[in-house]
Amino acid sequence: MGLTCNACKRKAMQDTYHIKKSNPNQMIIALAGNPNTGKSTIFNELTGLKQHTGNWPGKTVTNAWGIFKHKNQEFILVDLPGTYSLFPNSAEEEIARDFICFSKPDATVIVVDASCLERNLNLVLQIIEITHTVILCVNLLDEARRKKIKVDLEKLSVELGIPVVGTIARDKKGLEDLKDIIYKVCSKKIIPHPKMTTYPKEIEDEIQKLIPMIEPLVKNKINPRWVALQMLDGDLKILEKITNYPNCKGGCHDVRL
Amino acid sequence: MYEKYIPLHQVHIGKTCIIKELKATGSQRRRLLDLGFTQDTPITVIRRSPLGDPTAYLIKKSIIALRQEEASKILVEIIRN
Repeated sequence: MGLTCNACKRKAMQDTYHIKKSNPNQMIIALAGNPNTGKSTIFNELTGLKQHTGNWPGKTVTNAWGIFKHKNQEFILVDLPGTYSLFPNSAEEEIARDFICFSKPDATVIVVDASCLERNLNLVLQIIEITHTVILCVNLLDEARRKKIKVDLEKLSVELGIPVVGTIARDKKGLEDLKDIIYKVCSKKIIPHPKMTTYPKEIEDEIQKLIPMIEPLVKNKINPRWVALQMLDGDLKILEKITNYPNCKGGCHDVRL
Repeated sequence: MYEKYIPLHQVHIGKTCIIKELKATGSQRRRLLDLGFTQDTPITVIRRSPLGDPTAYLIKKSIIALRQEEASKILVEIIRN
């Protein structure tokens, strides 16, 4: 499937907000990450679906979802379009951001490319500013090994304060561990404590001034610190989004602000 | 200080340089930062397309192509060796 007119329409992407749980015990897991890191491959392996995969960025423009089971717990896995950042530059990046921010998945798995980790960590740091239930999945370890790159997963986990799993999705390696970690994070057996970025004093001061004003608007549903940061960055659309959000029918948790 | 730095599009193929300043603003700046064009990052000019634009650059272990329009807003310092 290429970038057909239907796949590119804004509406096509907005439809994907409407994820309906068939039973209330289902957990929603978002699969995020830079373009071309193997999100769709992981998605297919976990759900047994045949979502089109390909070695080019920009392939997943709409988000697909599928169901997988682990230890009798059902999970709805949502395959988001790849993004370099949560500051949206294109419609599909905006969709990925909005899903993570507003649909509040039970856990977000960030898939990163082990062979260019540094570039991928930018997005990781941005996502942990929004949500704490984050799992890092270091994929393409085989590619990295071929380029003679060794990734110290344990140290990465300590540095970031979140669980880290290494996988080679193409060869189905590490996926059981990934499912296990997803299960443990969702059932609160593992509680990630991500280490947040501290900004220079002037920015931190402004954040502290904004937070008390934002808190009543978001009521614990959205991280006020993150909204403050978006505003300081000049994204005024975010306020509009928050105000409109209650109208977003059938959001995955049906959150009312 | 600016005289010391040159815009990225003037760097010859095969040369490695260090990013010193981004003159881009707004969403273009954001985009470049997201792609890894941050201060003090080494960047190598890999090849130019037949018509001279865009040019492929190696940065943080991945190859990214930039148009001259964007590259001209990235100021770099050539590494001498």
